[in-house]
Amino acid sequence: MLAVSNLSAGYGSFQALFGVSLEVRAGESVAVLGPNGAGKTTLLRAISKLIDASAGEITMEGARLNEVPAHEVIGRGIAHVPENRRLFPRLTVEENLRMGAFSSRKKFPERLKFVYGLFPRMEERCGQLAGTLSGGEQQMCAIARALMSGPKLLLLDEPSAGLAPVVVQSIFALVKRICAEGFTVLIVEQNVQQVLKVVDRAYLLETGRIKSSGDAAALAASSELKRAYLGL
Amino acid sequence: MEIFDIFLLEAVVNGILLGGLLALLSLGLNLIFGVIDVVWICYAELIMIGMYAVFMLHTQQGWPLLAAMPAGIAIVAALGAALHQFVIRPVLAAEPINQLLVTGGMLFLLQAAATLAFGIDFRNLGVRMQPILVGEMSISAPRVIAFVAALAGVGATWLLLSRTFIGTAIRAISQDRAIMPLMGVNPDRVFVITSALGGALAGLGACLLVLQYDIHPAIGLSFGPITFLICVLGGLGNLLGGLVAAFIFAQFISVGGFFFHLEWGYVIAFAFFIAVMFWRPQGILGGK
Repeated sequence: MLAVSNLSAGYGSFQALFGVSLEVRAGESVAVLGPNGAGKTTLLRAISKLIDASAGEITMEGARLNEVPAHEVIGRGIAHVPENRRLFPRLTVEENLRMGAFSSRKKFPERLKFVYGLFPRMEERCGQLAGTLSGGEQQMCAIARALMSGPKLLLLDEPSAGLAPVVVQSIFALVKRICAEGFTVLIVEQNVQQVLKVVDRAYLLETGRIKSSGDAAALAASSELKRAYLGL
Repeated sequence: MEIFDIFLLEAVVNGILLGGLLALLSLGLNLIFGVIDVVWICYAELIMIGMYAVFMLHTQQGWPLLAAMPAGIAIVAALGAALHQFVIRPVLAAEPINQLLVTGGMLFLLQAAATLAFGIDFRNLGVRMQPILVGEMSISAPRVIAFVAALAGVGATWLLLSRTFIGTAIRAISQDRAIMPLMGVNPDRVFVITSALGGALAGLGACLLVLQYDIHPAIGLSFGPITFLICVLGGLGNLLGGLVAAFIFAQFISVGGFFFHLEWGYVIAFAFFIAVMFWRPQGILGGK
């Protein structure tokens, strides 16, 4: 579904990604793991065209994304839940969801029904300002907002960041449910133990380069992972 | 009723009517600032152009007023979009002072262009309407029309902002511009639409002012500063604050003018403005 080959990207003169290649197949859930500053967020930002690639190619279902403007990426079936959730704090939950459906407004009512079915909590809170939600609810709302576009591929940027451990568990349970609903998921995480229980495969990103990849279970046992995180 | 009380009541009613009009005028300017973070110093000059547009279409081209007015609104809306596209957009990332300077420059450019095109004569539509008698009070009909139309404009804007996708996007973009592309929204397009909406509100204001006032190239100076001060008084960018401030300001002008002298009404209103700025520099309803 999504193929990234030899992608290099960065900010100004600072290069964050060096020839990264990865692939996400339809129906799969894939994680990109790595410590702080490894380039995980940059990778997602490059896929959704918030920043331009300096080299390499990104294709979605065979169609090249490099020249597509950022606001048209969602039309190709890619929805991005950004780092720190980035809800519109002074819009209500439902208005945030409306923004998620901006590119496909005719389908708003049916998608809203679907998303409320998936997250009844959001329906209870529909008239509440998003900025007043708890951290876990905000993450839920951010994921719901992304699903409102009816994506084929969901990009998740550290959904567990800044949440209490018990909430983290429920967020990963949610991610698992979304995968079960048939969405293809590419998730970027630091919470290695939890995320490897949820995804099929994972890549290990370190200082802008893919260091290893493989089956989630195999990677969980690998020494590469321990070395990247613990310096062993 | 005593004749004094009748005049006082008339002043209060006139203040309310003026408040509706000022609320409309400040709404467009406030919207632009709240969404794009740029103050259109030349906002009242757009109103001036709109007044000339209605005047010329009606008197020179012979259009009926009810056709000339929507055309005037459309012209100013297009002017607002063009102002953003060609003047504001190149300085969007520049220092705020530079943004003020270019829109300030547009003020003089539009004034000078109007002087060249239409001369310095005072023009008047020449619409005469009977005053409306309510009990013992006599209320000017154009003011009532302006009040009703202004409230309709404010209400329509509120509906647009709260009920539609594009209106939600206009509110959202002021809260987090950087992630708008992730929603499938092209921020540039939202800015142009917002500017056209701000222009349309100025155009509607022009249609209502042209019924009551003479038109001349410097007419913008009569409304520009008041409009801007109302926005600041309410909390710059706060739409509700602007509406509240418009009615407060209008009462000071109208009732103050009644007790002392018309010009004193403005003096009292501005003195009040300065006092509020000491007390609440962020405006009556402004946050932070």
